[in-house]
Amino acid sequence: MLNHYPMWKNILILLMVAICAFYALPNLYGEDPAIQVATSQRGAQVDQNTLIKIETALKEKGLQYKSAQLSTTGLLMRFDNEETQLQAKSLVQKTLGEKYAVALNLAPATPGWLLDMNAKPMYLGLDLRGGVYFLMQVDMDAAITKAMDAFVNDSRTFMRKAKIRYLGAKRSDETLQIKFKNEAAREQAFTLLKRELRDLEFIETQEGSSFLLEGKLTQVKLKDIKLFALKQNITTLRKRIDEKFNGLVEPIIQQQGDDRIIIQLPGIQDTAGAKDILGATATLEYRAVDEDNDVQTALNGRVPAGSKIFYTRAEVINGQKVPARPVLLKKRVIVTGDHVTNANAGLDQENGSPLVSVTLDAYGGKKMDAFTKDNIGKGMAVVYIETKRITSKDKDGKTIVTTKTSEEVISVANIRGRFSSRFQTTGLDSVQEANNLSLLLRAGALAAPVYIIEERTIGPSLGQDTIDKGFQSVIIGFIAVLIFMAVWYHMMGAIANVALALNLIIIVAVLSLLQATLTLPGIAGIVLTVGMAVDANVLIFERIREELRNGNSPQNSINSGYEKAFMTIADANITTLIAAFVLFVVGTGPIKGFAVTLSIGIMTSMFTAIMVSRAVVNKLYGGKRIKSVSI
Amino acid sequence: MQILTNTKFEFMAQRKIAMIFSAVLIVVSLLSLIFRGMEFGLDFTGGTLLEVGYPQAVELSPIRSALESGNFDNPVVQHFGSATEVIVRVPPIKDVSNAEISSRLLEVLKQQNNGVDMRRVEFVGPQVGEELTETGGMAMLAALGCILVYVAFRFEYRFAIGSVAALAHDVIVVLGMFSLFGLEFDLTVLAAILAVIGYSLNDTIVVFDRIRENFRKIRKGSAVQVIDSSLNQTLARTLVTSFTTLLVLIALFLFGGKLIHGFASALLIGVIIGTYSSIYVASSVLVAMGVSKEDLTPVKAEGAEQEEIYEEV
Repeated sequence: MLNHYPMWKNILILLMVAICAFYALPNLYGEDPAIQVATSQRGAQVDQNTLIKIETALKEKGLQYKSAQLSTTGLLMRFDNEETQLQAKSLVQKTLGEKYAVALNLAPATPGWLLDMNAKPMYLGLDLRGGVYFLMQVDMDAAITKAMDAFVNDSRTFMRKAKIRYLGAKRSDETLQIKFKNEAAREQAFTLLKRELRDLEFIETQEGSSFLLEGKLTQVKLKDIKLFALKQNITTLRKRIDEKFNGLVEPIIQQQGDDRIIIQLPGIQDTAGAKDILGATATLEYRAVDEDNDVQTALNGRVPAGSKIFYTRAEVINGQKVPARPVLLKKRVIVTGDHVTNANAGLDQENGSPLVSVTLDAYGGKKMDAFTKDNIGKGMAVVYIETKRITSKDKDGKTIVTTKTSEEVISVANIRGRFSSRFQTTGLDSVQEANNLSLLLRAGALAAPVYIIEERTIGPSLGQDTIDKGFQSVIIGFIAVLIFMAVWYHMMGAIANVALALNLIIIVAVLSLLQATLTLPGIAGIVLTVGMAVDANVLIFERIREELRNGNSPQNSINSGYEKAFMTIADANITTLIAAFVLFVVGTGPIKGFAVTLSIGIMTSMFTAIMVSRAVVNKLYGGKRIKSVSI
Repeated sequence: MQILTNTKFEFMAQRKIAMIFSAVLIVVSLLSLIFRGMEFGLDFTGGTLLEVGYPQAVELSPIRSALESGNFDNPVVQHFGSATEVIVRVPPIKDVSNAEISSRLLEVLKQQNNGVDMRRVEFVGPQVGEELTETGGMAMLAALGCILVYVAFRFEYRFAIGSVAALAHDVIVVLGMFSLFGLEFDLTVLAAILAVIGYSLNDTIVVFDRIRENFRKIRKGSAVQVIDSSLNQTLARTLVTSFTTLLVLIALFLFGGKLIHGFASALLIGVIIGTYSSIYVASSVLVAMGVSKEDLTPVKAEGAEQEEIYEEV
């Protein structure tokens, strides 16, 4: 029988449509203006008492709230409208004081029963929600340089132990260069280092009359270093963002390529604060104080080999200005910041004086142990190195990148005893100093510096405005097409409209299920799909009209129409899919959003145009004797 | 309503005029692109962009002078959508960290007028901008390449050339219009152009499909006649689909807000030109290349399908 879908097919289609409608539902619930309360300092808690305090304060001012949720991340309070939300925010901040952070937020108002089934509203991109977007570049060169420096030191240690005499060992760009007086020594070193430093590839060369041994990182090690630097940065940045924003935001921190990181902080309005913690990145170095030489002599011009002059930070402590003073430190680095896993300010158990406790990883612990074993009573300093990248164009218009490095000693202390992974720095003047130091130590624990190379901030009002306009145009476009189709194709047109409406619902459902990011270009993609989705139907209908004109019976015409049009529809849509795919691969952020909605839209439109509309048509016309088709 | 049935326009007879028209369009576009250049958006040039709103309408010159005295050279200050919204753009500054620029910009603006409210800030490092220009160009070429291969595979090489010619024509003309009218070319516009490629190809394929079907079905008639009847047969569909898409794009253009304006404009121009090119450019190339019935020897599987359907009629 022509134009008849077996029962199971109809049921399957109905089921799919119903499921999609269900998962599209959360989007109807909108969002509540809300405030989030979290602690900004250790020692304070967000709990029942906090809630009671807030409730009392709100009641006094006559401010009503919709609901409150207390969880491990803090307190979320919902309000009916934005004015109440804003008033509540200032009131609550005032009531609770500095120890607490209160932030504005938009919380999705999805009811519990939907959430239980994993039905969530669409995830809105930054251009719709407001927030901050950063693209960070990891300075891989710095990571490689650091690794090579460590290898230079290691090679010296090995050669000394094996009593191989060498003229000098240094790093030249990314190559380890060791000079020897004769070939024999070089041979020995070659055999030794090839065995001990397996991460390097060695070649023997000549420079004038000296015999050189050059070592470069193997490809494998190079990849490892880059991967590690990237992962470490991601972890550290995530830690910093968590610290600064205390669970007030759900940050998105992702790798892009093999040396970039994307950071998105939706809903954040304190962009200056975000930039502070992200832009000024740093590394740390633990160095031994040069006890044998005098700082003053060095300042006068005679800096001993193996040492370097550093300056401490000029600070303001307890309202007093403390100027920078010079310190003479050894060149050799004991441990670098990438081996610092934690640093916390605290109070000494016995005498209550401020201290900072530091934790190192296994490697760092080993190095520290080896050093402190032989150096009890001597001084050790921490150097905080901040690297800023400045990009500009030279006179030819080419992009040049320069780096500005600043080094400061943030702590000088005496080694009281032998320690490895865990130790404490005492002798700090105040709690504030301890806090500063621990913050800096934590900030400096990075293998390679990162720089911001792209930044976008959308203010919240623009975000809301953009959503409104976006959705407005979708609705208007949709209605325009509906009217046209009904007028032009009569009854069949109405059926196409049903398919179109279902198409929109399915797109929304798929986007919600996938939690794909919806951006403004993404909304544009949906709008475009609405315009193009009718195409499939138009192809079918024109074909049916043609068949009818050629004198075929209505049932036959409908059948042929669908059949003949199918290949054309497939061909045509595949080409648009190719374009969408290229966009997806090449594009970033908003463009990816557009490619995703376009692709989803094309596929769902094929489904609704071919199967859903056919099912309806079959129901209406199939299996009956019909004289004409209203088309 | 069946107004467009059984039309018998002789499209191909006009093809010489069409070719001249297209040639003019392309030449004008290329000239404009070469001599006038394109108004590239921040995504491609790099720099810092600040969009701010004021409670009342503001004049641009005092803002500009304030920025210049704040040591910002060559600031671009424009109204954005209304007299209360202003866009400020500065190129990358030597020796100043990118993050500082936007904070300083906002400070200077606040001093000039305290009511200023930040809507959005964008900073794009110049190397990212350069990369994007490269990637954008490559994406376009990659898409065209894939399509060439796909169409040659589904139809025949002449069709592939015809479709790519139509697409290249569309892209050049859209770019040319943007250059001519000084419209800003940003990332969303690039996305729009890729969408135009997809859409225009969609159109062209539908026409080609009918041409192929007719070449196999119609026993007598020259290539021109076959192509003409194919064009007439698909005319209704082509116009209706373009019309619905345009309806939707006009909605976006009018109601979608400033941010999506460039995107909507590119698509509007693209759809109109694309429809035209599907009817004239692609088919004219086919005729010019001397396509004929013999070229469309059916590939086995397809031939079998086609035979079956014809039998019912």
